[in-house]
Amino acid sequence: MSAAFDEKVHNTLADANLQLAIYRATARLIDHRKHAVTTAALPDYQELRTQANAIKRHTIDHLDYYLEQFEANVTGHGGKVVYCQDATEVADFVLGLAKERGAQLIVKSKSMTTEEIDLNERLEHHNLESVETDLGEYILQLAHQRPYHIVAPALHLTRYDVGDLFARTLGVSNETVVEKQTLIARAVLRQKFLAADIGISGANFLVADSGAVVLVENEGNARLTTSAPKIHIAVAGIEKLIPRAQDLAVFLKLLGRSATGQALTVYTSFLSGPRRAGEIDGPEEFYVVLLDNGRTKLLADPGKRESLYCIRCGACLNHCPVYRKIGGHSFPWVYSGPIGAIITPQFLGIEHEPSLPFASSLCGACAEVCPVKIDIPKVLLDLRAEVKQAEQRRGANCLERLAFKLWAWLMCRPRFYEMAAMVAAGVAPAGNGKWLRSAPALMNLPPVRAWLSQRDLPPSPAKSFRELWRKR
Amino acid sequence: MSREAILNTVRTALGRNGGQAIAEPPPVRLRVADVDSETRIASMLRAVEALGGKTRRAPGGEDARAYVSAVLAGKTAVASNAPFLRECGIVDLAGVQSGFTDEAALRAVCAVADVGITSADYALADTGSLVMLASPAEARLISLLPPAHIAVVPKERVLSGLDELLTILPLPAGQTSSMVLITGPSRTADIEQILVRGVHGPGEIHVVVVG
Repeated sequence: MSAAFDEKVHNTLADANLQLAIYRATARLIDHRKHAVTTAALPDYQELRTQANAIKRHTIDHLDYYLEQFEANVTGHGGKVVYCQDATEVADFVLGLAKERGAQLIVKSKSMTTEEIDLNERLEHHNLESVETDLGEYILQLAHQRPYHIVAPALHLTRYDVGDLFARTLGVSNETVVEKQTLIARAVLRQKFLAADIGISGANFLVADSGAVVLVENEGNARLTTSAPKIHIAVAGIEKLIPRAQDLAVFLKLLGRSATGQALTVYTSFLSGPRRAGEIDGPEEFYVVLLDNGRTKLLADPGKRESLYCIRCGACLNHCPVYRKIGGHSFPWVYSGPIGAIITPQFLGIEHEPSLPFASSLCGACAEVCPVKIDIPKVLLDLRAEVKQAEQRRGANCLERLAFKLWAWLMCRPRFYEMAAMVAAGVAPAGNGKWLRSAPALMNLPPVRAWLSQRDLPPSPAKSFRELWRKR
Repeated sequence: MSREAILNTVRTALGRNGGQAIAEPPPVRLRVADVDSETRIASMLRAVEALGGKTRRAPGGEDARAYVSAVLAGKTAVASNAPFLRECGIVDLAGVQSGFTDEAALRAVCAVADVGITSADYALADTGSLVMLASPAEARLISLLPPAHIAVVPKERVLSGLDELLTILPLPAGQTSSMVLITGPSRTADIEQILVRGVHGPGEIHVVVVG
């Protein structure tokens, strides 16, 4: 584990208020989802998951075809598709367009993809004002923080944090009633919406047969972002495609329920091109930026390609016992939780944070709740194997490899195993049936110490399994 | 240019050639529930109320007009150009402005009006959603900028749900540049998961089903 990761994990674990905030928020989201996918609420839930997985598999396996179909349909409706390899290309495109049109103010709706490429910072660096308009994202922009969670970005902040922040940054009185805080944000952002030259959104889905961008949200900020300014730019990863508008009957039923327990979010926008003749309002220009930024690396690996099926519902974060302890900011990149643990190393390169695939108990809760059935534990194991193979090639971590060789030898020899187990039980500290939190003096060796710094060891049972089995 | 580079990388990664045919996609999965009209309407109204919206089952246009008039109670409103609103006489109510075809004028009125009044192209009974297709009859900002939204919908437009909508409208993009589903009042739970209605969109929503 890198020192930075280690430190963030320890700081999060030591912060009792933060622990409570994460626990409460995720518990509530777990509960909402649970009630939304019961047999009574959604009888065909499992069938829908199977269908969603099949559609995603098909689309990703033929992605070039659907990208071209999508592009042709966007163009046919008077929009434009812009392919970008990385963050710089996206920023250059937006900056170039802003310059041509004399734009100065940009409003943004929530988008993990633009977080991924630090778009706001890049635009602000060139003196463009780019304002986040989702309430949670707006708070985070004022606080100069990145999202803590894919769907609940500010879950780690209290209303008192927000009161202080608004007072400090907006020059308003310190207000701790959430309704009033919301009204403050509404008033500030309303003026931005009406004055903005460009609206930048993400995309929950790109529909190939329609050339459409689909956005789901609850606040109305994405509608305003895509309706009020003269120019709408949607920034989306190339994996967001689905073949047909009719497939939304599958995906929309799963997304809202898995994310927040809603049958549908308050607003679902299906946007295909600039306003048409006769339409009274809406953008006059419509662009879809299709971003690679590492996604094609993932495509090239059939075993892990399914990581691209993700629809960013956040259910795997809420249900992950590791995320629920270490929180979102311990993760090295914008994507946290189980999905972050599998896509971060694949997007950025495994050397970026090689310990990430190991930050999981492999309990499988993530796979169980994933609406598109990504086998996250399997991908984590594949990534672990890659890390270990790379270590072996480098000749690193010899001690660990030796220990596992010894372990494998022992596991193949039952008598020796039993003897070793008896010895281990004999020398292990009694601990009075309590969990062991730190290494006792005799075993205080660096590897043991490191292992126990992240974990507690359960007490050894009075009788081994083998003993119990024999007496059965 | 990155277009060719990305498409080529994608093709190489997938082992495909440019222009190569694709396998048949999984069949479309749409399940349209067979529900009679009255059950649909009752479900629609129940769903809207569960989301914190207000509802009215109006037997005719006259009753719809009376309901809207009572909600307005002296407030200012902007109404869309939907023919159905005119049929119900709603555009003639005191304080209601309508008939906008120019965006700037419409925007200025929407920015200060207390209430936005629209019809809806469809409604979805199971989720309580209004389906709004942008057109000369329905501007986007009327259901978005004012703090309250009233939708007046003829009962024939209440569908069973999303599956029926996508059966009737397999390609929404063929008709409009913008289809929006509105499911309850605008809301957020971004601060301490406390529910607040009316963030950027209307915090108050009324659905009137007529007929």
